[in-house]
Amino acid sequence: MAAETALTRTPPVQAGEAGTGGRVRRTGPLTPYLLLLPYFVVFATFVLVPAVYGLWISLHDWDYLLPGKPFVGLDNYQALFDSSSAVYSFFWESMSATGIFTVLSVPLLLTVPLLLALLLNRKFRGRTIFRAIYFAPYVLGVAVIGVLWRFLLDPNLGVVNAILGAVGLPGDTPWTTALPWGWVTLVGVTVWWTLGFNAVIYLAGLQDIPRELYEAARIDGGGKWAEFRHVTLPGLRPVLLFVTVNTILVSANMFGQSYLITQGAPGTETRTAIMYIAQVGLSDYKMGSAAAMSYLLTACLLLISLLVFRLFRERRDA
Amino acid sequence: MRRVRPIAWYTVLIGLSLIFIAPLVWMLLTTFKTPGEATRVPPTVLPEEPTTGAFDTLLGNSQTPVLRWFLNSVLAATGQAILVLAVASMAAYALARLEFRAKRLIFGMIIATLFIPGFVLIIPNFLIVDRLGMLDSLWALIIPGAAGAFGVFFLRQFFLSLPRELEEAAVLEGANAWQVFTRVVLPLSKPALATLAVISFLTNWNDFIWPVYVLFSPEAFTLPPGLAILQGAYTINYPVIMAGALVASIPVLLLFIVAQRYVIEGVSRSGLKG
Repeated sequence: MAAETALTRTPPVQAGEAGTGGRVRRTGPLTPYLLLLPYFVVFATFVLVPAVYGLWISLHDWDYLLPGKPFVGLDNYQALFDSSSAVYSFFWESMSATGIFTVLSVPLLLTVPLLLALLLNRKFRGRTIFRAIYFAPYVLGVAVIGVLWRFLLDPNLGVVNAILGAVGLPGDTPWTTALPWGWVTLVGVTVWWTLGFNAVIYLAGLQDIPRELYEAARIDGGGKWAEFRHVTLPGLRPVLLFVTVNTILVSANMFGQSYLITQGAPGTETRTAIMYIAQVGLSDYKMGSAAAMSYLLTACLLLISLLVFRLFRERRDA
Repeated sequence: MRRVRPIAWYTVLIGLSLIFIAPLVWMLLTTFKTPGEATRVPPTVLPEEPTTGAFDTLLGNSQTPVLRWFLNSVLAATGQAILVLAVASMAAYALARLEFRAKRLIFGMIIATLFIPGFVLIIPNFLIVDRLGMLDSLWALIIPGAAGAFGVFFLRQFFLSLPRELEEAAVLEGANAWQVFTRVVLPLSKPALATLAVISFLTNWNDFIWPVYVLFSPEAFTLPPGLAILQGAYTINYPVIMAGALVASIPVLLLFIVAQRYVIEGVSRSGLKG
């Protein structure tokens, strides 16, 4: 909203940069705004407005199906912290599901793709092909990988248990129906699916590290590990920061894997926060409560992101 | 670079490749099996009597109009890719090359929204889309997604990297900003535009949570929510579910094979903004 007023309030009087040479000169004063307008309309309608509108909804007892939507102040937020409320235990169960998933998957998604990127950051024939193969699952959507892995990991009929049984391992692991296997499945499938994405980002970062730094490290001696610690890791710092924050955000957004593979099983233990929020808001249509939950989750994520930024800065100072 | 023993090296790489490819091959093989064979223990690898029965079942059920879902997915993903290219390129050009008031503010605001987690917007956007009469229609899948900041950010970076001289030469010849944009900048930006188009298409094609909740009638579905329906309707008739998954996979896998460079390029760039 602030942007909208800023935009409309700006008087289109000055002839822009008419006098500053070098710049594109024959620009009508309105041209930049006209170019921005189509994007801005979409951006304002589906990003700016809803970001604020959602807050407004969260302050109401907003039932989509009922005509009255009374203002209730912070009640929806309070209910999330009140152990006697109807949503309390389900909400925190779903938050902890998201938390468990994030804590288990993020370390794997930070390290395994890095190893893969180091592997691919050499000169050999067919490099592009292997990179593409490792990335391939990522171009399939969560719906495809969800139904696929539910089939492969079907405890009674799936091929994974059949193979395990054939090689003498237990062939009856309840991958999709019991804990802790449900978590192993959700984390494992997610790592398999999105590994290539982080690896490609790491690879681009590795290729940006100047060769001379490695040569200098080699002259100093100290071997591969020292090279990795003193050249590779510092060189990757900005990329590492991005990958860390992004992976945390993506993990906290987890929805499709649980929805399709475990369906929350065994009971509601693997139902993630997003699943619960979507169910409350978009199936039960209790939008006020669901909006409050989504802002609380956002606040948590913001806090975590800030911590990560901080951590990275301290490391640099140290 | 230390010499690697080629045989050991390629064994490792090919072994890793199998982890990524085998599940997809299994999906393909399953679609040509009978429901009984697909769940037999011990499993068969190749279909004993290859059959297209799964596709017949899939296409013969009017409750699950898969071809319609396919068409909807194509329309939504293509529509959004075009819309993103149009609006993002214009906005990115203004932000990269033109001077105007509030430019920094607007750009800062667009970038800041990159950090808004998508789920916060889902509930209010559901109501907005409802208000605009787009619920249960393809418009709900095409338009809101074009508000994403990535396209603007990505193209702005690319435009900034173009040499100014060509644009300045065009200005000296009397071109106005619009002409410079359409006749000089856009033709120079084909790789970046292709990258953005491919990424937008893939993202939209694979979108799951949003279509699950804004589409209601079977004819309005795209493939991802459709697959959830198939899973519910056919439970352990896995060949049919895998046939649906195959239909949803083939276009994006083909696109990836053809435009691999652009996809990887787009993903690499998304990391370098940090």
